Amino acid sequence: MNPFVYARASSLAEAARLGLDKGTFVAGGTNLLDLMKLEVVAPERLIDISRLDFGGIEERPDGGLRIGAMVRNSDLAADGLVRERYPVLAKALLAGASGQIRNMASTGGNLLQRTRCYYFYDTAMPCNKRAPGSGCQAIGGINRSHAIFGGSEHCIATHPSDMAVALRALDAAVEIERDDGARRVVELESFYRLPKDTPHIETVLEPGELITAVLLPPPAALRQAYRKVRDRASYAFALVSVAGIVRLEGGLIESAAFAFGGVAPQPWRDETFEHILMGNKPGPDLFARATDTLVMQAAPTKDNAFKVLLLQRTTQAVLSELTGV
Amino acid sequence: MAAHHKMDDRVGRDRLEEMAQGVIGEPLDRPEGELKVSGRATYAMDGLPAGCRHGVLVRSTVAKGRLRAFDVDSVERLPGVRAVIADDRFIKNPAQGMAGKAPAQDTREILFFGQPVALVVADTFEQARHGAQILRQEVERAEDAPVSLDDPTAQLDTPSNKQSSSGDIDAAMRASPFTIDATYTTPGHASAAMEPHASVATWEDERLTLQASYQMLRYNRAELADALGIEEDNVRLLAPYVGGGFGSKLGIAPEAVAAAIASKELGTPVGVAMTRQNEFEMVLRRSDTRQRIRLAADETGRLIGIGHDALVTNLPGEKFSEPVTQATPFLYCGDNRAIGHKIARIHRTPSGSVRAPGEAVGVTALEIAIDELAAACGIDPVELRRRNIPDQDPSKEIPFSSHMLAKALETGAARFGWSKRNASPGEVREGEWLIGLGMASAARVNMLIESKASVTLTKQGRATIETDMTDIGTGTYAILGQVAAEMLGLPVTDVETRLGDTNLPPASGSGGSFGAASNGTAVFLACEEIRQQLCTKLDCNPEDLTLKDRHAVVGNRRIPVVDILNGEDIRGEGHVEPGEAEDKVRQATYGSYFAEVAVNSVTGEVRVRRMLGVFAAGRILNAKTARSQCLGE
Repeated sequence: MNPFVYARASSLAEAARLGLDKGTFVAGGTNLLDLMKLEVVAPERLIDISRLDFGGIEERPDGGLRIGAMVRNSDLAADGLVRERYPVLAKALLAGASGQIRNMASTGGNLLQRTRCYYFYDTAMPCNKRAPGSGCQAIGGINRSHAIFGGSEHCIATHPSDMAVALRALDAAVEIERDDGARRVVELESFYRLPKDTPHIETVLEPGELITAVLLPPPAALRQAYRKVRDRASYAFALVSVAGIVRLEGGLIESAAFAFGGVAPQPWRDETFEHILMGNKPGPDLFARATDTLVMQAAPTKDNAFKVLLLQRTTQAVLSELTGV
Repeated sequence: MAAHHKMDDRVGRDRLEEMAQGVIGEPLDRPEGELKVSGRATYAMDGLPAGCRHGVLVRSTVAKGRLRAFDVDSVERLPGVRAVIADDRFIKNPAQGMAGKAPAQDTREILFFGQPVALVVADTFEQARHGAQILRQEVERAEDAPVSLDDPTAQLDTPSNKQSSSGDIDAAMRASPFTIDATYTTPGHASAAMEPHASVATWEDERLTLQASYQMLRYNRAELADALGIEEDNVRLLAPYVGGGFGSKLGIAPEAVAAAIASKELGTPVGVAMTRQNEFEMVLRRSDTRQRIRLAADETGRLIGIGHDALVTNLPGEKFSEPVTQATPFLYCGDNRAIGHKIARIHRTPSGSVRAPGEAVGVTALEIAIDELAAACGIDPVELRRRNIPDQDPSKEIPFSSHMLAKALETGAARFGWSKRNASPGEVREGEWLIGLGMASAARVNMLIESKASVTLTKQGRATIETDMTDIGTGTYAILGQVAAEMLGLPVTDVETRLGDTNLPPASGSGGSFGAASNGTAVFLACEEIRQQLCTKLDCNPEDLTLKDRHAVVGNRRIPVVDILNGEDIRGEGHVEPGEAEDKVRQATYGSYFAEVAVNSVTGEVRVRRMLGVFAAGRILNAKTARSQCLGE
């Protein structure tokens, strides 16, 4: 790896200040250190924030939760309140990575993990995300794991997180602190940026900004599910994943929130799909109509056309599980 | 003194069965297991010599071309970097198994993406890896580089010694009531053992010592010496522990040659370990394959014809080609037979032996076709296979040494509950999951490789085995100790086994599932020699001597073995060689597989829920290590 300067921040303010000066934050390091060894990324300054106090998992006055950025994935998945009120989040976390990695990985870092696109990882290959302007080999290359939504002619990489998919369905927001101590809250919906012609810029974070927490509103319903489809039963990224939250009232779907993983550069959500469901009686016809709409904008490539049907079928199965129909 | 045995001589009795110690076949723990699980077993990169530098191989980033130059200066300026080395003697890829000479050299001629082209040596592994990562290469890139099996521009070779036919398969296909003509493809496989390829080179004057991770040391020594252009006698290889092989460590690999050259040039020990990424690019892979299987059967399901045409891939110039049709000539009967074999020459990491080369993908294709035939004929798959077991090798018309397929099918079917199978597809369901039962025959050709070992019965009454054999995780330490303990009447804890050193008698090495039979026999013969010497001392016939619990029993005498030794060691050497027997009889391991597989009707996910393997693998020396081997190492 490239030589780099390591600094351990003693406070949030110091971390943010150091971050402003070409710094890269490291928390669990489960993704960043691999990328550094392979020289996919080569930060000049590494700022260790893993010992800072971002708070734990706390209940908020509105009945939601505040999850500190350094809460480990394994702790978050095992938390009683999370398991009781946000089972979709606990399930998504446990579907991700391995026990060892979850013990190290942080909440904030999970949101910022990088794509597992093979071309992004191989520095002998052009990649607009790693080396802006060098081109994209995945388009026209081997692209089984790649996006069917939200890609551009410059990049079709997917976001790998399971946790973020559940958070997106839960309408989570990200709490961000600047070096001057000012805080802002960004809905997860607006946190990620589509690749367009700048696939190397993945979020709205500005230099020096640091994720301090993830905020969850009270759950819309307790009918929650996370289903992940992958080639092997464990330790594999999603081909397709579906996070679903449904409230039934009088035999009708009153509300539906769905997010999809493995199909887009960010956790994918489709309002039209949800609207078709809402106010209607659950059943195979409705599910088929909704999922037909869901994939209308899909733009599959050579090797990932299977994801279109797989996404429809998996979503229908999740709808069926959540509505009992 | 030495005992020699050629596999043609009929022994006529089972000597090991005549022994009394009772440790053969016992599921004993590996004697070195505790060292391994506690991290104290010394693998190649453990215990580096003082002043050892680290080397990292530089990869080619084109599939074909000519390397013109490196930007050496910018890398040699980096902190800790000692040298950037590219030498005419560097090898492009590992030697094929048992080659005994250097593989293709001249790494300036690039034939595949990921080919090693240089070595960066530095004080630390991290510094060397950084240098290897950023070293700029000036390459004249060739445009014509087919990289896939299907590429129409790839040159197709048809090796004449790999084609055969008898009768008329085309006529059989036309005449038979039931036929299958299907084409199957299998992807390439990479072997990625837990311990990557790693070599530490140290020179003393003109003598090279290499701590390394290899499977077949006597061949590896010859390959390394040939690559370096030095005498074999000046090379010593040490590989007491090997963290997995799967065939990938059969032949000397680029890191060994590079470490030796760098060490000589710098005058310090140099260690080169492949990175995990290197393992997937610089190590021989299993070829991808395309296989056409033709089957023709009569009304009763009895095969009249079998055709097996294989297309495999390898680099231009590499002799190996995945022997996919290896079991087809003898597994089932049928008078009309045709074997075809073609190699597409492509510019990818070259292919070589990977875990059961040939059968692993070849029997798979044949067995899928046999299932198709079973469905076409409406005959149970187990029964169809049973009906097609030949009385002798139908291609060579030679007898089988033993043939246990019918027994394996019968035993497997009974233990698995095959009779409860619902043969109609899609009828057994658990929620979203469709459940199916399937089975296949297993076959693997048997090989015996020349092997030597020495055993010393020390004056203290303990035994020491010495051979350059390797233990690649298979349990060699355990089983050799058991053979000697059984033959010499000792508890296994009284036997020390020294492996993995080319200063010791040359063994078969580990590969092709021949290690236990080949080297185990050499140890057996060495012990027979020791027994003979004990008989001389006791003035008795070999059949009258019983050795058990450190004592010799002859007639009504029971004497401690140390008393017979009377302050002297006894040494025996064993030497086994294959003979003509392997051409005169067909030798193979047979088995059967049964599996319960679930397929998700929503997502298509496939999950194996239950699996049974039944194997007739000859004498089981250690039930525990044998079971692990059957499960897949």
